[in-house]
Amino acid sequence: MSTFLGMPTAPPRSPYGTGHLRGDRTFPEAAHDELRNEQLRRNLGRATRTIRTKRLDVTGELPDWEQLRDAGSAIKTDTMNRLPELLEQLERKVTERGGTVHWARDGVEANEIVTRLIRATGSSDVIKVKSMATQEIGLNEHLEAAGITPYETDLAELIVQLADDRPSHILVPAIHRNRDEIRQIFLDEIPGVDPDLDNVPARLAAAARAYLREKFMTTRVAVSGANFGIAETGTLTVVESEGNGRMCLTLPDTLITVMGIEKVLPRHQDLEVFLQLLPRSSTGERMNPYTSMWTGVTPGDGPQDFHLVLLDNGRTAALADAIGREALNCIRCSACLNVCPVYERAGGHAYGSTYPGPIGAVLTPQLAGMHAAKNDPNSSLPYASSLCGACFDACPVKIDIPSMLVELRHQHTEQSGTTAEKLAMKAAAAVMSRPTLFTAAQKAASLGRAVGGRDGTVPRLPAPFGGWSDSRDLAAPPKQSFRAWLSSAEGAETMRAAAEEGAGRTADTPEEDR
Amino acid sequence: MRIGLFATCLGDTLFPEAVKSTAVLLARLGHDVVFPPGQTCCGQMHVNTGYQREPVPLVRNFAEQFGDTSIDAVVMPSASCAGSVRHQHEIVAERYGDAALRAGVATVKAKTYELSELLVDVLGVTRVGAYFPHRVTYHPTCHSLRMLRVGDKPLRLLRAVEEIDLVELPEADACCGFGGTFALKNSETSTAMLQDKMHHISGTKADVCTAGDSSCLMQIGGGLSRIRSGTRTLHLAQILGSTRTAPYALTEAAL
Ligand code: SF4
Repeated sequence: MSTFLGMPTAPPRSPYGTGHLRGDRTFPEAAHDELRNEQLRRNLGRATRTIRTKRLDVTGELPDWEQLRDAGSAIKTDTMNRLPELLEQLERKVTERGGTVHWARDGVEANEIVTRLIRATGSSDVIKVKSMATQEIGLNEHLEAAGITPYETDLAELIVQLADDRPSHILVPAIHRNRDEIRQIFLDEIPGVDPDLDNVPARLAAAARAYLREKFMTTRVAVSGANFGIAETGTLTVVESEGNGRMCLTLPDTLITVMGIEKVLPRHQDLEVFLQLLPRSSTGERMNPYTSMWTGVTPGDGPQDFHLVLLDNGRTAALADAIGREALNCIRCSACLNVCPVYERAGGHAYGSTYPGPIGAVLTPQLAGMHAAKNDPNSSLPYASSLCGACFDACPVKIDIPSMLVELRHQHTEQSGTTAEKLAMKAAAAVMSRPTLFTAAQKAASLGRAVGGRDGTVPRLPAPFGGWSDSRDLAAPPKQSFRAWLSSAEGAETMRAAAEEGAGRTADTPEEDR
Repeated sequence: MRIGLFATCLGDTLFPEAVKSTAVLLARLGHDVVFPPGQTCCGQMHVNTGYQREPVPLVRNFAEQFGDTSIDAVVMPSASCAGSVRHQHEIVAERYGDAALRAGVATVKAKTYELSELLVDVLGVTRVGAYFPHRVTYHPTCHSLRMLRVGDKPLRLLRAVEEIDLVELPEADACCGFGGTFALKNSETSTAMLQDKMHHISGTKADVCTAGDSSCLMQIGGGLSRIRSGTRTLHLAQILGSTRTAPYALTEAAL
């Protein structure tokens, strides 16, 4: 028997063509359409502005908020550094407490496991707790194809499901809908709904409640995700606002939880940090209304059959990236989406992934890759940012998203071979690393004044700068560069006069408030 | 103090007035301004667009031009270029450079400042003798705010300007949508961001919108010019460089 183990191979990404980690067009193409949707922009602008204010209020009131962020970041980094042992510990503890643990290499395997488990119960219906992981792998579509009907029970997820739509936000999947649209969706899709239903939020919620209550009472299997899984105890946690998740987690006979492997936390006490960070960052509340925790099976109380499906689907691949692995620290609070100026304008669908916004732009390419096909839409995601840095400031676990975007852009250009852009970048660097060439180029730019219009602005620019002149003017280049001015007689005289004035100053005016 | 002036490629070539004002202002404050003639570009555009091999010679050149120990501090009228020198040069040097480059980068990084930082933190001055009798609103650029953390330093400098009518910009900390090649690759999203920024600027009825980065001002000014707004853009250095004896003459053009 050979002991040669071979070269370590790169861990697999989420398989191409499965789940919801890739759109069918690039970000700029999708944004082109979304930006024209005035209703969407109004809905998003209003919703994100409200939640931004709330979040700042409740994070600002905590004197130790920054320390909490540091602690969150440190715990997550520690977790990622010893992920394998923590996952094995979690498996052991869940098993000890009567649960069954399944390992899913990717979404395809996870979908098969969940389908098999539901079939084994004999049920053809399943109620669902809002879950990003099952969105990511396209579980609902898979179940429907297998003849099993999934019912989303989170109000916003329900709206999205009834409208045959896609979520556009991690926390508020129907953020792109306003209440008039929601009323219409309910009228069209909920059987037996009051035809006089109006758009008052409480009455819309009541309509959904009546519909869901019946599902809670009659469905024997539930599928959930998990916000945290505690390795030390085997405890799973779901954090929510409505209580519908709690219904799903307690009423059915069988509970199947699909959890991304990065959701594990070492100790029970770590929840002290994360149950402060998460609600304050996500909904802007001091505490969320419902936090459910369960450990395996408790005889006579709650589901008597519990399964935990641990999902990789590209997470090990992300972990293998020294810079990119930080994205696995994400606790899905959505604060980065709510502060992102790009997300606010283009909306969540433009990202083509279950994970939109700043975190989506770094997580999606790592889970599913950026070069799985020619012109892979995922390769446009790292560029869907002005690098303004608002996401980094808002993130409760201090994920440096702007640096990761820059890193992914680098990985993309390294993978892309010779492109026109790369040649232009090389040419620009060649000119700029030779001062004489640079000076000559500046003179040429200054000659470009000739193309300037009468008002001193440059008219329409050629590709790839055409997008600029659609909405902005560009001043014609000045007749003289700074260095040319500095070495001119006028420049020398101006600097001499200023220096003379400076020499007359005895000292800098001291500043009172220093 | 002997201060090395980095004009930035954009400032040197397209917006020389902001660089002139910086040079004159520092000289007027009694400092020795030196302009290493071999300087060109910090390489920020390359790094932010995903290119880290190509800017190695630019990073090396920057470290060589400003590494001279006789230069006490390096200043540039751009927060994003200062951010690049302080945060990105070491990434490039670590990955594609040699030991000498890494050492050079570390040396110059430690003495690199954006204009408002140099004035307030290093030179300890907020009252620079400026005079600017116009209505002004200030846009804090993203890299000044969140990369360099200049805080209210630019505002303290502006508040000390004689006769200035400084008005607050609503949602000031929102990005203007420039983002370098973002403005080209995602031109439409960039424009949507710019529209909101211009809406807030117009609401202030300011004569001038100022900022510490010519790049963002190029975006904002370009947009304001296109919509024939009554507000024009001007670099912070130009306001600080305007004095009673040599006041800045405000023209109609937005750019
Ligand atoms: S990246 Fe940070 S801010 Fe964004 S969703 Fe994740 S934890 Fe929240």
